[in-house]
Amino acid sequence: MKTFLILGAGTAGTMIAIKMSRKLDPQEWKIILVDRDQNHYYQPGFIFLPFGMHKPQDVVKPKRSFVPRRVEFILSDIELVEPENSRVKLTNGREIPYDQLVIATGTDIHPEQTEGMLDGGWRKNIFDFYSFEGSVALGEFLKHWQGGRLVLNITEMPIKCPVAPLEFIFLADWYFKQRGMRDKVELIYATPLSGAFTKPRAAAAFGDMLSKRGIHVEADFNIAAVDSSRQIIVSWDEREIPYDLLVTIPTNMGAEVFERSGMGDDLNYVPTDKATLRSKNWENVWVMGDATDLPSSKAGSVVHFQLDVITENILAAIKGQPLPAAFDGHSLCYIESGDHKAAMIDFNYDTEPLPGVYPLPVVGPFSLLKETTINHWGKLAFRYMYWDMMLRGIPVPLPSKMSMAGKRP
Amino acid sequence: MTTVSLENVKFNEEGYMVDPNAWTPEIAKAIAEREGVVLTDRHWVVINYARAEFKAKGEAPTLRNITKNTDVSTKELYALFPGGPAKLAAKIAGLGKPTGCI
Repeated sequence: MKTFLILGAGTAGTMIAIKMSRKLDPQEWKIILVDRDQNHYYQPGFIFLPFGMHKPQDVVKPKRSFVPRRVEFILSDIELVEPENSRVKLTNGREIPYDQLVIATGTDIHPEQTEGMLDGGWRKNIFDFYSFEGSVALGEFLKHWQGGRLVLNITEMPIKCPVAPLEFIFLADWYFKQRGMRDKVELIYATPLSGAFTKPRAAAAFGDMLSKRGIHVEADFNIAAVDSSRQIIVSWDEREIPYDLLVTIPTNMGAEVFERSGMGDDLNYVPTDKATLRSKNWENVWVMGDATDLPSSKAGSVVHFQLDVITENILAAIKGQPLPAAFDGHSLCYIESGDHKAAMIDFNYDTEPLPGVYPLPVVGPFSLLKETTINHWGKLAFRYMYWDMMLRGIPVPLPSKMSMAGKRP
Repeated sequence: MTTVSLENVKFNEEGYMVDPNAWTPEIAKAIAEREGVVLTDRHWVVINYARAEFKAKGEAPTLRNITKNTDVSTKELYALFPGGPAKLAAKIAGLGKPTGCI
């Protein structure tokens, strides 16, 4: 009996477990899925929690309920991965030798990487919304906030879902307008990037959306420290921004086990071939989703687009055949912009986000780089598609490869 | 002393050298001058490290990588290479844009 081992039961790990449980012969293969957390979080829903647009229970379900019957699910943290011996040691003492390994351990926030971030103000007037606990705590805080200066700061790139900080500031603008207190709130967007986004066309479009709302952008701001006693953040080039409420996107890093195991880069992401999704160093190790070091977005849609590629390649590798499939870095994101509207971007390694319609030429129905109501309903509908289709292994009809159809270059 | 001319050196539209192998320490001095930086021994610690990293891995190092593997702190890096240190150091070292900057 051979072992197909998957580390991490988030979006990527769960989807590959379902896929492989259908593809691998049960007489020949055992599938094991490991995760330290029993809850599955719908992470795109975190953005709505601070503004009371989702309830906490909307975004949490037990992981086990998505695991196929033939897959063994183990609740444990990982002590060490030994790729030279094709073996994984769990913190619960168990050792698992594997024939094929998929790493899908994701990325997490590390506020301790910034000096002073955890001193005094953390979860008092400094919050994140990249964790379930952070989003819920920020929601409680905002209910009673009387206004002042809200500073949103991105610590450093890369981060999961690079559009989420924009969504947050757009939704904040709308939220305070609805509560009749927008004039009591100053909104600052402090980013290490030179503009609103990483790619030029989208940066221009989002820049317009920010200035239209009276949101000040502080560009090229690389945070050095938080001084919570003076309520300021300081950059390495010694600029200071005072805040009453700091909403931070802390440094994002991969799982620490890859530092212990000598498998990660400086941020504990696992070096991955950008086309085949095989580890750069070990032939029977594969990497999916946020855990990779790929120059693509860290987002659920990317996992969806990687799934068919990695499945084909793993099945070919098992048969000793050359790897047939290549990932193009495809990413698709909704950007909630408030007032029941959203924008959308669709791009890959080589093509930046462009205006146009998606997924079908002319009819769309979604509009790219433009705020529409139907985009917003698309984002809301996506939560049901996620729980009831993606995590159940029901194909979502969006092709892996990015298409130029409908786009205006 | 006259610095070497950059006339025959090819740069891409963002100002990074097209061919890292055509780089010489003299070219570094000229690029630095164009960027308003006077190179000291501490700059060379960073530049030499960036060149070595590029040779080993094929990519310019990120800021985090530089501070982790040299005795240069982030604070000092910003003083040496004002603005975006990883980008400016890569530029002067004749390398492409560090991938961490995407």
